[in-house]
Amino acid sequence: MHNVAAIFRREFASYFATPLAFVFIVIFLILAGAFAFYFGGFYERGQADLAPFFAYHPWLYLFLIPALSMRLWAEERKSGSIELLMTLPVTLWQAVLGKFLAAWCFAGVALALTFPMWITVNYLGDPDNGVILAAYIGSFLMAGGFLAIGACLSAATRSQIIAFIFTVVACFLLLMAGSPMIVQVLGGLLPQAIIDALASLSFLTHFQSIAKGVIDLRDLLYFGTTIGFWLIANAIVLDMKKSD
Amino acid sequence: MIEISHLTKRYGDFTAVNDISFEVRPGEVLGFLGPNGAGKSTTMKMITGFLAPTSGTVRVCGHDVQAEPLAAKARLGYLPEGAPCYAEMTVRGFLEFIADVRGLRGERRRSRLDDVIGRLALEGVLEQVIETLSKGFKRRVGLAMALLDDPDVLILDEPTDGLDPNQKHQVRTLINAMARDKIIVISTHILEEVDAVCNRAIIIADGRILADDTPQALAARSPSGRLDEVFRSITQGARGTPPATDAALEAAAHA
Repeated sequence: MHNVAAIFRREFASYFATPLAFVFIVIFLILAGAFAFYFGGFYERGQADLAPFFAYHPWLYLFLIPALSMRLWAEERKSGSIELLMTLPVTLWQAVLGKFLAAWCFAGVALALTFPMWITVNYLGDPDNGVILAAYIGSFLMAGGFLAIGACLSAATRSQIIAFIFTVVACFLLLMAGSPMIVQVLGGLLPQAIIDALASLSFLTHFQSIAKGVIDLRDLLYFGTTIGFWLIANAIVLDMKKSD
Repeated sequence: MIEISHLTKRYGDFTAVNDISFEVRPGEVLGFLGPNGAGKSTTMKMITGFLAPTSGTVRVCGHDVQAEPLAAKARLGYLPEGAPCYAEMTVRGFLEFIADVRGLRGERRRSRLDDVIGRLALEGVLEQVIETLSKGFKRRVGLAMALLDDPDVLILDEPTDGLDPNQKHQVRTLINAMARDKIIVISTHILEEVDAVCNRAIIIADGRILADDTPQALAARSPSGRLDEVFRSITQGARGTPPATDAALEAAAHA
C-alpha cells in the first residue's frame, strides 16, 4: 500500500510541477460556468438547481479528461522512465492504481473548485442539496470512468496525441451508446438484445440517472465495473507494450 | 550472486539473446562488451526483470526474477540506458520518491540519502528541476537513484555514455570504490572502460557469448596485447565479416 501512496504522491505532484494543472483547472471552470449560463439557461429557467450545470459535464469531460489521461503512460514510455518505474520493487498493479488515483483525485479537485456554483444557487434560492450532492458524485464517477479508459489507451502508445484522440473516440462511443443516433445505425444490423445491452453501457444514461438525485446501486456498480475493467485492461496492455 | 541460465529472448524471428548462461559473484565487476545491437541491453533488461525472457531463468541473490520479482528488484540497483528520470521533478523530490518506493524510513533513510547525495556531489543541485541539469548531472542523479538502497547488485547500462572525460573518470572512480563487496555489471562499448574498472569481461555479439575472461587474459590473446584488436577479431569473426576488412580499408586509404 505504501507503494501505491508513493506513486500517487509523485504523480499528483507532477500535475502541479507544470502549468498543466493550472491550465486544466481554469479551462474546466470557465467552460463549466459558460455552458451552464449560456447554453443551460441557468438564470432564465428561474429554478434554483444545478441541472443545467451538470448537464454539460459529459461533454466537457469528453475533451478535457483525455487531455488529463493522455500523459499517464505515454509520457513514461516516451521518456523511458517506465523502465525505471518497472524495475523498482513495485508491482504492475501498484503502479496502475497509484497513477489512476492521482489523476482521478486531480479531476476531483477541479470538480470541487466549482463550489461557487453551489453557493450561488443556494444564495439565489432553496435548492435540493441532496440532488446536487448526488450529481457531484455522479460527475466524479463519470470522470473516473473516462480516466480509466484514457489510462488504458495511454499505455497502448508512446504518443500522447494518439492517446488523446483514441480516448476521445472511445469516450464518445460510450457516451452515445444509448443514443438514437447509434441505435438507428446499428438497428438494422444487430438483434435488439445486443442493442439494448449496448445502450445499457452508456455513460450518459447512468450519469443522468444519478444526476436526478437517485443514487441507484446499479449505477454505482456500472461505474465501478467500468473503472475496474479498464484498469485491468490497462495493466494487461502495459505488460505487453512496456518495452516496445 | 547473479545466476543466468540458458537465457533467450526472441522477437518474432529475430533472436536478440541466444541461450546465454553465466554467473557473477560478489566482488566481481563484470564488463559486458559488444557492438551495438549485440544483446547487451536486452540481457540487462531481463536481469532487472523489465523484460520477460522467452526461455531461461535469471536468479538475483537466490530470487528468481520472474517468480519473485519484488524480492529480486529490492536487491537490485539499475541504471537504464540513457538514465531516464522524471524530468519535471527536482533532484530532491526524485530521490525522496525512490526512497518512498524502496521503503526507506527514519534514520536509514536519512543516512542513505546523505550518502548518495554526498557520493555523487549533488548537494548544489538538490532543488533544481532535473530537466534543467547538464547531461553529467542527470547521469549522476540516475546513479544516485540506483545506489540509494545500497543494493547488493548494480546493473549499469552504459553508465558513461555521452559524458565528458572528466565525468567518465568520476563515474569509474565511483564504481571502483564500490567494487569490493558488490556485484556490478556494466555494459559498454568503450574498451578502455573495461581496463579501468572491470575484473572480468564478457564479449557478446549477435546474442551469444563469444568470450568470458579477465580483461588482461583477453588482451593477451592478441599479439599486440591490445583489447580493441581482440574485440574486433572476435566480434567481426562472429558476424562472418572477413578479418581482412581492416587491412582492406587501410590499403584503400593508402591508395
